[in-house]
Amino acid sequence: MRHRLDSPADGGADSPAIDMTNLHKSFGAVRAVDGLSLVVERGTMFAFVGPDGAGKSTTIRMLCGITQPDSGQLSILGLDGARQGKAINRRIGYLSQRFSLYGDLTVDENIEFFAEINGVADYGKRRDELLDFTRLTPFRTRLAARLSGGMKQKLALACTLIHRPEVLFLDEPTTGVDPVSRREFWSILSDLLSEGMTIVMATPYLDEAERCAAVGLMHRGRFLVTGTPQSVKQSVHLEILELNCADLRAAATLIARIPGITDIQLFGDHLDLVVDDTDGASTRIRNAFATAAMTIGELRSKSPSLENVFIALIRGAA
Amino acid sequence: MNVGPAILVQGVEKRFGAFRAVDGVSFSVERGTVLGLLGANGAGKSTLIRILCGILAPTRGSAMVAGFDVNTQTEDVKRTIGYMSQRFSLYEDISVIENIRFFGGMYGLSGKILREAEDRVLTLAELSGEQDRITGELSGGWKQRLALGCAILHKPSVVFLDEPTGGVDPVARRRFWEIIHDLAAAGSTILVTTHYMDEAEFCNSIVLMHAGRIVAQGSPADLKRDYIAGPMFEVECDNASLAMGVLSGTSWVSGVSMFGAFLHVNLAVNTDASLLTAKLAEAGARVHRIEAIRASLEDVFLRLIETR
Repeated sequence: MRHRLDSPADGGADSPAIDMTNLHKSFGAVRAVDGLSLVVERGTMFAFVGPDGAGKSTTIRMLCGITQPDSGQLSILGLDGARQGKAINRRIGYLSQRFSLYGDLTVDENIEFFAEINGVADYGKRRDELLDFTRLTPFRTRLAARLSGGMKQKLALACTLIHRPEVLFLDEPTTGVDPVSRREFWSILSDLLSEGMTIVMATPYLDEAERCAAVGLMHRGRFLVTGTPQSVKQSVHLEILELNCADLRAAATLIARIPGITDIQLFGDHLDLVVDDTDGASTRIRNAFATAAMTIGELRSKSPSLENVFIALIRGAA
Repeated sequence: MNVGPAILVQGVEKRFGAFRAVDGVSFSVERGTVLGLLGANGAGKSTLIRILCGILAPTRGSAMVAGFDVNTQTEDVKRTIGYMSQRFSLYEDISVIENIRFFGGMYGLSGKILREAEDRVLTLAELSGEQDRITGELSGGWKQRLALGCAILHKPSVVFLDEPTGGVDPVARRRFWEIIHDLAAAGSTILVTTHYMDEAEFCNSIVLMHAGRIVAQGSPADLKRDYIAGPMFEVECDNASLAMGVLSGTSWVSGVSMFGAFLHVNLAVNTDASLLTAKLAEAGARVHRIEAIRASLEDVFLRLIETR
């Protein structure tokens, strides 16, 4: 029996890439995932963000059908996660934290192997495309074991894409990858996104989350907040001042005594200050510097980063 | 001893056969500085650190660490430095206090001095009262702070941190950097390597290596000022790949790159966002959000590396 691709059985092309309601998963007494609900629209990039143990990987594994939720509903591309796992598998790709390539097979052979286990018959053209896309064409006859870390990661991605998945799941794809390879990997993801793919990732890095259209900040199996990076930043009222001056340590000591400043973070060339009230705090800081005969280089208001928000939320939840 | 810079590197070169892993590197680090040593894999960072730790002899050149010559006084160098790697080097199946005592023994500490060192590490790692817990059961942040504590049990004046924050959460990472800045404020000199450019922003001074050579050095503010001119914007718009193509062919745009779902655009002219918004609208890429941003060290790093 054959179905039309857009038959009601798969929920039609309008259904979201991911629709999950009140998902739970425990391992013994540990509630790894504790009531997650989320909709991810097709063609967007979503990040589960949080520290180790927040439940990110468990969630991704449930979305990929590798592990089953204890309770809750889940649908991927309109297909029911509990009953249509096989159909889902054909339409998603999953790059795990510990992707496994075969070191004693060449680049070409690794892709061929993944094509075969995924039942992709005419993979030749697709393989050429993927090698071109990941800039691995010059290395196609090299053994996987002899690739650099960044090249292995790109090859693993190419293997994950051989069956043209519509939704790509990535579990901490850039952990331990150097900045140049990381940049290249992100540029490949941007290209996939502009081709209409849905990308869902888990990452502990808030600067990576800043690049996604939508994020969910996770802590102890729950979302602290979800939304676009901009809406997440507006969900908590945080006013941030950036201060540049000659002696940052002396400045930090001085500022620690000024009321209305709730947090001081020392960077290499500036301080970030979380303040109750930007105008009041600026005046108090300028006065304190004048009294101490210290010079302020620059004091300016700026929008909070996701990291500012996350730390504020976790401290609030503790 | 210990007058002059904490680290002084002069014309250091290291060859492995015909390959020059470090190719004529010179720099100096003042006491109390947090120096970030950055570069892609293969840039020569690890080789250089091993030379500075007295583990590997340079083929040519000299280096002084905490007043000792790495060519002739390697034992003194090893005794005066602390080293912590990404893999933390703690024993997972023994308790916290047993790890501390093991490392204390390695540094030749005993009696009252060892007991004081134990207390210091427990306080620094925020593990007071948890000393009998099995190390393997600790969270990543705790392990990281314990590993740092063990690396500085003997109060080294120069501390090397090789990719220290892999796999820890944002709150723990933040706490870790606070500790690093406290150590530096107390007079220690810290040399840290990292893959994460947002983390490099915590350093007072940066040395950026590529293919065995230094390609830039200075404070984060200096590097941003020297290498990224003109305003930068983050743009969220329709049809980002079209926008990318249009902007990269525009004379007053000096750089455009994809930043995940968004674009980062560096303008060659000092102007506000309206020019950019109009240009994109005309090309059919309607702008949903445009925000002035500051150049980051990642922008600097990629500009320097990608133009090579």
